Amino acid sequence: MNHEAPRGANAAPSQRPLADTRAPDEGDGVDTSPDVSDSIAKTTCYMCACRCGIDVHVKDGKVRYINGNKDHPVNRGVICGKGSSGIMQHYSPARLKKPLLRSGPRGSGDFREIEWEEAFSIATARLSNIRRTDPKKLAFFTGRDQSQSLTGWWASQFGTPNFAAHGGFCSVNMAAGGLYTIGGSFWEFGEPDWGNTKYFMLYGVAEDHDSNPIKIGLGKLKARGAKVVSINPCRTGYNAIADDWIGIRPGTDGLFVFALIHELLKAGRVDLDYLLRYTNAHVLVIQEPGAADDGLFLRDDACNPLAWDRVAKTSVDAADPEAKPALTGSYTVAGRRCVPVFQLIADRYMGDGYAPDAVAERCGIPADTIRRIAAELAHVAFEQTIELPVAWTDWAGRRHETIKGRPVSMHAMRGISAHSNGFHSCRAIHLLQVLLGTVDVPGGFRFKPPYPRSAPPGPKPAGKNVKPMTPLDGVPLGFVCGPDDLLVDEAGTPLRIDKAYSWDAPLAAHGLMHTVIRNAWAGDPYPIDTLMMYMSNMAWNSSMNTVETIAMLTDHDEAGNYKIPFIIYSDAYYSETVPFADLVLPDTTYLERHDCISLLDRPISHADGPGDAIRHPVVEPDRDVRPFQSVLIELGARLGLPCFTNDDGSAKYRDYAEYIVNHERTPGIGPLAGWRGKDGTSVGKGEVNPDQLQRYIDNGGFWHQDFAADQRYYKMANRSYLDFAEQMGFIPKAEPIVFQLYCEPMQRFRLAARGHGRVQPPDSERHRIETYMDPLPFWFTPFEEAAVDLEKYPLHALTQRPMHMYHSWGSQNAWLRQITSQNRLFVHHKTAAGLGLVDDDWVWIESINGRVKGQIKLIDGVNADTVWTWNAIGKRRGSWGLKDNAAESNRGFLLNHIIGDQTSADANGKRYSNSDPVTGQAAWFDLRVRIVKCAAEEAGFTEPQFERFSQPPHFEPSPDILRFGAEFRANREAVE
Amino acid sequence: MTCLPAHTDKKLGLVIDLDTCVGCQACVTACKEWNTGGHMAPLTDIDPYGGDVDGVWFNRVHSYEHTTEAGGRTVNFPRSCLHCETPACVTVCPTGASYKRASDGIVLIDESKCIGCKLCSWACPYGAREFDTDVGVMKKCTLCVDRIYNDNLAEEDRVPACVAACPTSARHFGDLGDPASAVSQLVASRGGVDLMPEMGYKPTNKYLPPRAHTERAASVPAPRLEPVKAEGGFLGWVDRMLSN
Repeated sequence: MNHEAPRGANAAPSQRPLADTRAPDEGDGVDTSPDVSDSIAKTTCYMCACRCGIDVHVKDGKVRYINGNKDHPVNRGVICGKGSSGIMQHYSPARLKKPLLRSGPRGSGDFREIEWEEAFSIATARLSNIRRTDPKKLAFFTGRDQSQSLTGWWASQFGTPNFAAHGGFCSVNMAAGGLYTIGGSFWEFGEPDWGNTKYFMLYGVAEDHDSNPIKIGLGKLKARGAKVVSINPCRTGYNAIADDWIGIRPGTDGLFVFALIHELLKAGRVDLDYLLRYTNAHVLVIQEPGAADDGLFLRDDACNPLAWDRVAKTSVDAADPEAKPALTGSYTVAGRRCVPVFQLIADRYMGDGYAPDAVAERCGIPADTIRRIAAELAHVAFEQTIELPVAWTDWAGRRHETIKGRPVSMHAMRGISAHSNGFHSCRAIHLLQVLLGTVDVPGGFRFKPPYPRSAPPGPKPAGKNVKPMTPLDGVPLGFVCGPDDLLVDEAGTPLRIDKAYSWDAPLAAHGLMHTVIRNAWAGDPYPIDTLMMYMSNMAWNSSMNTVETIAMLTDHDEAGNYKIPFIIYSDAYYSETVPFADLVLPDTTYLERHDCISLLDRPISHADGPGDAIRHPVVEPDRDVRPFQSVLIELGARLGLPCFTNDDGSAKYRDYAEYIVNHERTPGIGPLAGWRGKDGTSVGKGEVNPDQLQRYIDNGGFWHQDFAADQRYYKMANRSYLDFAEQMGFIPKAEPIVFQLYCEPMQRFRLAARGHGRVQPPDSERHRIETYMDPLPFWFTPFEEAAVDLEKYPLHALTQRPMHMYHSWGSQNAWLRQITSQNRLFVHHKTAAGLGLVDDDWVWIESINGRVKGQIKLIDGVNADTVWTWNAIGKRRGSWGLKDNAAESNRGFLLNHIIGDQTSADANGKRYSNSDPVTGQAAWFDLRVRIVKCAAEEAGFTEPQFERFSQPPHFEPSPDILRFGAEFRANREAVE
Repeated sequence: MTCLPAHTDKKLGLVIDLDTCVGCQACVTACKEWNTGGHMAPLTDIDPYGGDVDGVWFNRVHSYEHTTEAGGRTVNFPRSCLHCETPACVTVCPTGASYKRASDGIVLIDESKCIGCKLCSWACPYGAREFDTDVGVMKKCTLCVDRIYNDNLAEEDRVPACVAACPTSARHFGDLGDPASAVSQLVASRGGVDLMPEMGYKPTNKYLPPRAHTERAASVPAPRLEPVKAEGGFLGWVDRMLSN
């Protein structure tokens, strides 16, 4: 019988064990109680970015089984297709065995094995020379890194501004769009109120960072009968179970959202009270064309933004809780004409250009459908309000007897981000949420701590004064508030190799990893010496324009030296990028090392409370590999970086585990928040606790704290929450977070474009800055669509990772590759018929950047102007332990080959990175193509083809047969 | 030929919610992972890293498109043994290797009796049987018979691996022979169906149909939005609202 309350997500009465779990007396000799494991380790998954808790069952020294940890706040016992396949990742034949030093031409795969001491000597000699002379000549970029608080800190200590992870080609415009607007963002940093929402809109998401939480949440919505609306050109995954699937044309989501806003404004269906309390809707904006402060907020002497008090008929501090601010009108204050932000919003979005009829054709959505969705949003938000019987107090001390909510929630990700207009489209969605009064309210979109933070949060990016042997005066990645914060020199030339925080990409909060190889190759803005990368497949599926990227990695100067002089790469597997490294540092798997999933980085919090987690070694490596984080710490000590070295020159931390416990970023705040203080009783801030890791292990690998009932909503203005956030160090001071519908920092860039201010863009950049740094979101045609002949390239082309491989290294996984080993190009039946194509035809997919060949599959569930394929299934021969006849390298293809990494030349002949002009986010989905049936003799195999990589020393051929698990049964039966 | 029990004490099986399944493959690999070390271990993979890869899987998910006048939909369809009440895969077995348990109704294979003749896989219209060419015997879903009664697992974990794993909570487990059981109630309330009932094998597992285009679909009875009336239009409305 079940005596305890059931734990975990799948605990419905119809999902529980039998009432009597004693085995029946069947008499068939079946062993119904085999021994499962000798030990169970609770740690954190790393098959993708979701960071679920897992129970790893070890039997006979091997990993027998991995299941979800029922107590874990992220996955609550469930596990995804990747998580269960972790065994095959761990025992992969593609795993590297030893440090490698290149012995043949770059890209050949010819290496010799070296000892770690030699590897460290080579790296230390190279890097210490760089640090002594010009630290920015080290470019250190990491990929799917979950240790950015360490890697960024290391870069800062080294003194190079050239650091980022893969956010620039992932979804930085979603992060920035949210952080500059509401002080939080989608990604895994917020979540719908799954328990209370009644209407859920999902934009451009098939699978996501928040992989299992979204699936758990969708299951709840469906069980409760809440409505799910998906906006996505492809009807896969989550979109397949939506009540309403809106097969939008790619790149037009912002336009669709503006049409919804248009309808809501016209009908007066916006939450004015919410806008006044929690946003800058009432803040006065100076309207004085030509003035140096035109478009900035009117401020008092203490720099506080002002509003117009419609009762007192005077200007007042916009934050004054007693004020009665106007939202509309035009006012003259001290001789300055100004209008409230809300007036500007109404002026813009009530314009005819954003009416449903005006956008319907471009979006591929009937105007009636847009009107219906707007009506449904209004109905649920305003007629189906909910009220939780919990009293709370806001920042101004006003007590509220209940928590009121408007149960409309939204989530958005890749389909918005991967377009050049993604930042503005993301801001549009946040604007819609805020107008409806649905952010951090019951039933709405909720922040996960440490968010919300001020919009934008501090600090600013460091890197203005790079000096030999000197750490940066801050961290390399941050948030700019105006041109003064840019990392450019007097001539406007970028200071960073990726041109982040330059006029090309002013709000590049995650850097632009996708530009590094081209820029380093071209010496633009300057040549570098060493490119160090971790865990990102930049010579294959993580780069745009892969063919040319490979050429850049292997290109020589006139003297015969590689244009990118030295490449250090750390990976656990023989990926397509390893052969391009000069020095390879073999990493462990996630089951063999320590990690921390930190509140300083990307924690495991949910909306009801903060949390963080660790990984710890479950099994010992059976080969000469080391965790990259520990290698980095040792390298830091050998280089003598200040924070990795004691005064006597000895290493400060033996390894990553010691760093996790002992490192303090500011006094009392370290990588882990749980069990701080000598006796382990402090939370958030506290002295170092030497037993901290053991406390985490004892608790199942994570720390999590639930909020009190009155702290869970309205976190941007909830006194009890804000006090807690200050005490935890999430925010510097317990002050309200004001949603920035009008983004004043962007206007400062516009003013620079108009000639105001000390830091000026080059003349050639003025028009671009003026256009795209609009302080209110707007819609523009994605760059490639605007540049190409649409008659010649009539189709949009998209890629997405299958759910069972999202953010994973799945294509080499013996189990996962059986589910998908050849990607098809999915084409709508009608579109195919118009082109004379039938199912299974082989076609050339052609863009202005080149062509790639693949096989089509006809479907109905796709926008008819769009074709799409599964990403990163195509693999290069000789990589990942795959055999030469593997479908991945013979029939699978990579769309990356035809996605340009640069835009077409503008009027000045300049080609920008193929990215969002605000944040530098890679515009993967701007791609336009045509498809052409290939000749009969060309069918059956993909092109382009690449030379097969040599195999590293002592790599054994992958097995012809896998009998994984037979050993457990044999051992069981031997015991019997 | 192998006889079926005249009666089973229980009818253990799965209920799979097609309204909620997103096709994520979580149940597929959780099943593979448990069972490759479980009762019928291993679930052999032939040519696992090559061009002719072919593995044994007890559970697979297929995606189909269904287009009707009311619109199209994509259905993700998990497929495994249905533990039929009168399964032809058992009656066709010449050696008694394939059998149905009288206690709980689970259909199993006794590997020691299996001669690999594959008659059962020909007889099963659901494609639920998987031949392990390496071992030369037929294998199939055991309904995790080595989990649901396993004294070595915590009691709360004694459910099939696929049910424990499913992130959208689309899979359910229990005694479908007991009309009062939670799974039977779920089937009754959601209009659960048999797969291909016309075949006459009386599947124990049930599928809950998608709600799209049915009376179960969530609807929002929203009246059409009308522009705010009276003087000043929207901005006038804002002013009036604020001065209330």
